[in-house]
Amino acid sequence: MKIDATKEGNAVVMSLKGRLDAAASSEFETRLSDCISKGDSNFLLNFTDLEYISSAGLRSILTTSKKLKEVNGKIVLAGLHGPVEEVFKISGFISIFRVFGTPEAALKEI
Amino acid sequence: MAVLIDLCMSAKLESLGRLIGSLSNCAKAQGFEQGKISSMELAAEEALVNIFRYAYPEAPGDVEMICKLEGDRFTIEIIDSGIPFDVTAMPDPKVAGGVYDREPGGLGIFLMQKVMNEVRYRRENDRNILTLIIQKD
Repeated sequence: MKIDATKEGNAVVMSLKGRLDAAASSEFETRLSDCISKGDSNFLLNFTDLEYISSAGLRSILTTSKKLKEVNGKIVLAGLHGPVEEVFKISGFISIFRVFGTPEAALKEI
Repeated sequence: MAVLIDLCMSAKLESLGRLIGSLSNCAKAQGFEQGKISSMELAAEEALVNIFRYAYPEAPGDVEMICKLEGDRFTIEIIDSGIPFDVTAMPDPKVAGGVYDREPGGLGIFLMQKVMNEVRYRRENDRNILTLIIQKD
């Protein structure tokens, strides 16, 4: 899985490309952790090019989200589609996070 | 019933890519559409990762994946000789609630059961045999 991170205003936009499975999720969690330790606390996860997510991926997002609440930060999501959107719905995770259709729409709000 | 894949690999995360890749190619070759393939990949990953994490606490072990086609039913059997573990006996996680209400555990098994038509477990000859079944339609 490829992770691109850019800064837009006070948010880090992380665009994921490929599959967020158990093998990729620890690197993903580490990338988020590194940003947090540098002081970043607002994240937009752009899933426009993400084809697949498993419970390991959901878990890494949940763990990071709990950490961020302690520093008044947040994670918002954009671009969910296909199996990724389905997994978010089945697991109930779609109700836990703010979800936007596109990253552009998300950036207007956060 | 045609056996399409019979793969045995060590029960480590490093094996995941090869197992899921083989499964995916096989299902595609059998004419399953992408949505069903994604469901198979998810269910198989959740089953396999549970085995990688928990089946062999003392010494490394193997995992076997056998895929078969019976009419329009694709069957994935995932077999390990680790500690007894019946995934079908686990309680569902809570799927309501906000960030602080959600616990990370149990989600994988829940997803597996939701995306497959049938999930069956049996223990035979000191092995856990998990059968995941999905229909083509």
